[in-house]
Amino acid sequence: MSDNAESPTETPKEESQPPPDDTSTNDEKKKIDVLLKAVGDTPIMKTKKWAVERGRTILSLSQFISRFLKIEGSEQLFIYVNQSFAPSPDQEVGILFDCFGSDNKLVLHYCKSQAWG
Amino acid sequence: MADDKDVLRDVWFGRIPTCFLLNQDEVTEREAEPYYLLLPRVSYLTLVTDKVKKHFHKVIRTDDAEEMWFEYEGTPLKWHYPIGVLFDLHASNTVLPWSITVHFKNFPERDLLHCPSHSVIEAHFMSSIKEADALKHKSQVVNDMQKKDHKQLWMGLQNDKFDQFWAMNRKLMEYPTEDGGFRFIPFRIYQTLSDRPFIQKQFRPVSPEGHVHTLGDLLKEVYPVALPTEGGPKRFQVVIHGIEPLLETPLQWLSEHLSHPDSFLHICVIPVPSD
Repeated sequence: MSDNAESPTETPKEESQPPPDDTSTNDEKKKIDVLLKAVGDTPIMKTKKWAVERGRTILSLSQFISRFLKIEGSEQLFIYVNQSFAPSPDQEVGILFDCFGSDNKLVLHYCKSQAWG
Repeated sequence: MADDKDVLRDVWFGRIPTCFLLNQDEVTEREAEPYYLLLPRVSYLTLVTDKVKKHFHKVIRTDDAEEMWFEYEGTPLKWHYPIGVLFDLHASNTVLPWSITVHFKNFPERDLLHCPSHSVIEAHFMSSIKEADALKHKSQVVNDMQKKDHKQLWMGLQNDKFDQFWAMNRKLMEYPTEDGGFRFIPFRIYQTLSDRPFIQKQFRPVSPEGHVHTLGDLLKEVYPVALPTEGGPKRFQVVIHGIEPLLETPLQWLSEHLSHPDSFLHICVIPVPSD
């Protein structure tokens, strides 16, 4: 359970993911690095660093984490930026990366209960 | 300056006359009368339409009624965008009152977020303020506030209390004089031409050389298509709170005076109407 062991960049498998809508441009498909960190007693992910398409939404990312951790569909997952605010579910990770990314990656904390504010 | 304070008041008390009509496909027990409201531009649809829900619940079979949602000319209206933004973006060149269709079934899951209670709006609103303060002050101001201060911001909006809201909000608008403005300006630029959500990036109110950035500078950097080309016809209107501010207006001033209560400067870029 070492928190420091950083796994190599990997792309989440998305077989059950709906394809991005037809209007998406190449820019949206460009990938950014997202570092996912668990808060409290929420299970950690072995692979923490993921390459994620810029146009992907917080909602779709949170569904991916839930599936990955086999968290029950009824349980809500909260995602935080800067350990301070919970972006809107329709917010794109690319925008969050542009505004709040550092060292070329976006750090997101996820939690099964409300952790901040 | 007294004049500038008046701007805050004018922004806060901006209203849109609106006519709510029940979607024709809803099964009613008798004919549904339209319902009229003056909607505050700076509020949220689901926060100010309890009366609309009550009104239409009287004529539909309430067992059939699912979550209420709104649509304008085929576009589902996102409750988590401020009302004024929805109007400027989708309806700014239409005849008033703004005619909104009310639905109680077939919730468009792909387009809208659910809003089961006012606490969901409060969470969204506070999160926006925190996000904006992360850009403006590295979250220092909002983190120094107490829970009751956050509540004061929300209650001010919910109960339409200008003084209550601004007594706290002015702290979020402060900055060290030597900096000449916030760290970054919290802005969102919306467009009608694509399904893409808003544009939001890091943009400073002052250039490294000390040059004050204007609305025009911002657009040139992040959305140049919106600017008129030299000699060409004007193709887009750049609208904030229903008006077109001069492109020479300093961005910091706009951020302090024309931001919504959620601390973001919401800018709509819409095609010039072809009459």
